[in-house]
Amino acid sequence: MATEHPMLSEHVRAEIDRWVAKFPPGKQRSAVISALHAVQHDNRGYLTEELMQAVAEYLDMPVIQVYEVAAFYSMFEAKPVGRCSISVCTNIACMLRGSDEILQHIENRLGIKEGESTADGKFYLRREEECLAACNNAPMLMINHKYHENLTTQKVDELLDAAATEDSK
Amino acid sequence: MTDKRINLEVNGEALEASPGQMLIEVTDKANIYIPRFCYHDKLSIAANCRMCLVEVEGANKPVPACATPVAPDMKVHTRSPYAIAAQKATMEFLLINHPLDCPICDQGGECELQDLAMGYGRDVSRFSEGKRSVKDENLGPLVSTDMTRCIHCTRCVRFGEEIAGIQELGTMGRGEHMRISTYVAKTVDHELSGNIIDLCPVGALNNKPYRFAARAWEMEQRESIAPHDCVGSNIYAHVLRGVVKRVVPRPNEAVNETWLSDRDRFSYEGIYSEDRLKVPMVKENGVWQERSWEDALEHVALKLRQSGSDIGALVSPSSTCEEAWIINRLFEHAGSADLDSRLRRTDFHDQNNDPVYPSLGIPIAELEQQQGVLLVGSDLRREAPILAHRLRKAALKGCSVGVLNAVDHPYLFTVADTHIVEPDEWCATLAGLVVAAGGELPPALASMSNVSSSGSVDYLKHAPSLILLGQMAQRHPAFGTLRYLAAVLAQLTGATLGYVTDGANTAGVSLAGVLPHRSAGGKPRPEVGHNVLSMRPKTLLLVNVESVTDLSDQIDRNAIRQAAETVVAFTPYAPDTLLDDADVLLPIGTWAETSGTFVNVAGLWQSFTGVSNPVGAARPAWKVLRVLANLLKVPDSDYESSAAVLAEMRGHCESALMNNMPEFVAPESSLAERSTEISELEVSLYQGDNIVRRATALQKTQQASHERPAALVSSSTVEALNGG
Repeated sequence: MATEHPMLSEHVRAEIDRWVAKFPPGKQRSAVISALHAVQHDNRGYLTEELMQAVAEYLDMPVIQVYEVAAFYSMFEAKPVGRCSISVCTNIACMLRGSDEILQHIENRLGIKEGESTADGKFYLRREEECLAACNNAPMLMINHKYHENLTTQKVDELLDAAATEDSK
Repeated sequence: MTDKRINLEVNGEALEASPGQMLIEVTDKANIYIPRFCYHDKLSIAANCRMCLVEVEGANKPVPACATPVAPDMKVHTRSPYAIAAQKATMEFLLINHPLDCPICDQGGECELQDLAMGYGRDVSRFSEGKRSVKDENLGPLVSTDMTRCIHCTRCVRFGEEIAGIQELGTMGRGEHMRISTYVAKTVDHELSGNIIDLCPVGALNNKPYRFAARAWEMEQRESIAPHDCVGSNIYAHVLRGVVKRVVPRPNEAVNETWLSDRDRFSYEGIYSEDRLKVPMVKENGVWQERSWEDALEHVALKLRQSGSDIGALVSPSSTCEEAWIINRLFEHAGSADLDSRLRRTDFHDQNNDPVYPSLGIPIAELEQQQGVLLVGSDLRREAPILAHRLRKAALKGCSVGVLNAVDHPYLFTVADTHIVEPDEWCATLAGLVVAAGGELPPALASMSNVSSSGSVDYLKHAPSLILLGQMAQRHPAFGTLRYLAAVLAQLTGATLGYVTDGANTAGVSLAGVLPHRSAGGKPRPEVGHNVLSMRPKTLLLVNVESVTDLSDQIDRNAIRQAAETVVAFTPYAPDTLLDDADVLLPIGTWAETSGTFVNVAGLWQSFTGVSNPVGAARPAWKVLRVLANLLKVPDSDYESSAAVLAEMRGHCESALMNNMPEFVAPESSLAERSTEISELEVSLYQGDNIVRRATALQKTQQASHERPAALVSSSTVEALNGG
C-alpha cells in the first residue's frame, strides 16, 4: 500500500489510514467507501477519474472496482456538481406531507431542475432521492448529508440562506 | 482427510457428492440439466441470474443450484411444477429489458438466452412499459458490444478478474441502471480477451470481425489445431461455403481447457489476405510469369537436379510434420544436410546438447501443479498465452515464480524472485543462481565477471519445479551457456528443464529431422550440415518463410541471396519482399487448407484435416513436396495421404522420448562473441508468423500497434536507398 500519493492531501491520507486500520491486514480495500467519502469531501463535492485512480493506487486495488463502488452508491458524484448538495425526499410519506411543494420551491428559488447545479457552482439539487427513513418528521431533506425535518417553505429558505453563507466563507 | 461422500436425491435419482460441492456441479456430472446464465465451471459463483432455481424439499423458497452446497439426504426437484414456475418467472424478468432483436443479432441461433426462452419463456409478454436501452462500449477491434442485450450475468467481469488477471470490465450503477462497462473509454487488451465472446450467454459481447458475416446454422463446424504457438490449442473452424468465418475453442482440459488466445481466434482473417498467391509464378529475366503447376514444379525439379547436393532449406517451425518429413527425405536423397528450422536462433555451438525435440518437459496441465518455476528469458504471455494462464493459476495457488529477463513484464500475479538485467548480464545472473544453489561453474565459466551468489533459488527445491527457457533465451547469442547453466541449476535443485518453443511445431519439425545435425527421430547426421546462419546453397527452398520478417537479424540475407542462383518460396502469400528475393513462388495452403500434424510443446501429436477450400490454385504443401519428391525420384515417395506420410515418420520417432536433459557438454568459452540488445530478442504477439501478420483485426489492437514495424522494406530497396 502506498503511503504517499501526489493526488491525495495529507489529511485525506490520514482519514483513509484511519479507516484502513479498522480492517484486518491485507483487507485495506474494504476502506474504499470511506476513502471515496474523504476524497469527495476534500474535492468539494464530487469525484474525478484522477481521484478514483488515486484511491485505487493508494488502496492497491483495480481502479475498475473503485469505479464500481462510486457508480453504485448514490452519495458519490462522478461528475462536477455544485458544492452544496441538496436531496429532497419525495417518497410516499414525504409526498403525502407536501414534499412536491418543497421541491418545487427549491427549484424556483435556485432556478434549476432536479439533477442540475446552479451556474455559480454553489448548489446541486440531487435527482429523486429515495426514502431516507425520517418519515416520522416528513417532509425532510438533506443538505450536505445532514438531515433537516418538518420542513416548510420558510424553513427551506432559512436553510438555503445559511448554506449560502457557509459556502461563501 | 477423510473423503466422506454425501448421498442425495435429485428428481428421484440417488446421487453421490463430496461435501462442499454445489448442487449444479453434481447435477451436471449426472447429466441432469439445470438452466443457467451466470454459472460457469471455470469462474467463481455469482448466483445473480437466478435461472438455476430448483426446489429443495424442506426449503421455504426455491434455491439457486449454483450456490447451494449439497447436504446429506437432500431431496431436490429440478423439473417439478414449483421449480419450473420459479425458472419461468426468472425468465420473464430477464426478458423485461432484453430487446428481443434476435433476427439482427449475431448470437441468434446459438444464444443461451434464446434457447432457454424457448423452454421457459412466455409466448406473449405481459410487460407493456418502455424497455431500457444502454449505450454501447467500444472495447476495441476484437469484441463488438450491444449492451442493451446484456442480462448482467457478470461472466465477463469475473473472467477479467479471475482468469485474465486484469479486471477491465465492471458493473456500474445499480438496480435498473446497472450496466457492464469499462467506465472510462478503454479497450480490452488482454491476450485472452476474446474468450468473453464465448462466455457471454447473450448477444451483448460478440465477435467483431465476424459481425454480420454468417448465421450459426449455415456454417459447418470442423475440428482443427491452432497454428500460432507451441500449445496447439484445439479449435473449431466455422466454415461457410468453404470459407472460414470464425474460430472458436474446442474444449480439451489437457491443452487449452475451454480457452483460446486472441491470436489463435482471430488469425483466420490472414487466410484471406489480399496478397494471397493464387498461381505458381516463375521469374524470367526479372519478370514474373504465371505458370501451371506442372511447369513450375518441373522447373523447380530441374533446378534442384542441377544443384545436386548444393541445396538448402529454411523451414518455418510452424510447418506440419508431413511437410517437414518429405523435406527431410528430399534432402537425404540429394545428399544435403543444409536444412534448418531454428530460424530465430543464433547460437548453435552446442547444438549437440539439443534434446531430440525441445519440450516443456511436463504435460501442459501439470504446469498448474508446480511449486516453483524459473522463467529464463521468456515473455510468456506473448510466447504462449495459454501457458501463461496455466502458470498464473499455479502462482495463485502458491507456486513461487522467478523471472530472469531484461524487461519487467507484467505477469498479473506476484513474482517471487525478480532478476531484471540487460541481456548481456543474463549468463552472469544465472551463474550466480547456480553458485547460490551450491553448484560449481565449469572452468570456462569460472572467469565470468559480475557473478553474484546473493540470490536464492530454494523455491525450486520444492518438487515439482520447472526451469523454463523462453524464446528470448533461445534467441540469445549465448543461448548455449544459458542452457548449460539452466541444466546445472535443474540438476542441483531437482527441477525439470523445459522450453517454450517457437511456432506451432518446433517439436515436430525437429523430430522429422529438419535440422543440419540431426535426422529423423533425433539420429545424428553422419555429416553435419550448415545451419541457418552459415548455409549458402545454390538452390534455396523457403517453406512458409518470408525472408525479412521470419528470420533473425543475424542472418546475412544478402550473402545468401548472392550465393543462391535460385530461391524457391513455398508460400501462401506474395509480399514484395518475396517478389524481390525469390525466383519461383509456389502457392501453398495455410493450416486451414491442408491436413497435417503438429507436435505440441508437451509432445502431444495432434493431427488435423483441411477445413476450408483452397484460395486460388494453392495446394497443400505436403502434396507439392510429394510431387517434387516424385519428380526427383526419391524412392517410395508415392504417399497416398498425409496419414501415410505421418505413419512413416512416426515409425522413425518411436524411441524419441520427452527428455530435455541429455548428457550436457560444458561450454568451452564463457561469453557470447557479441553483445545483444533486448530488441533483438523480443517476442512479438502479432508479428510472429505470416498469417498473424495479415490478421487485420489483430493488427488494430493496442498490443499490435506497439510492435508493428514502421515499414517493411525489401533488401533491394535498402540497397537502392543506400546508393548500392
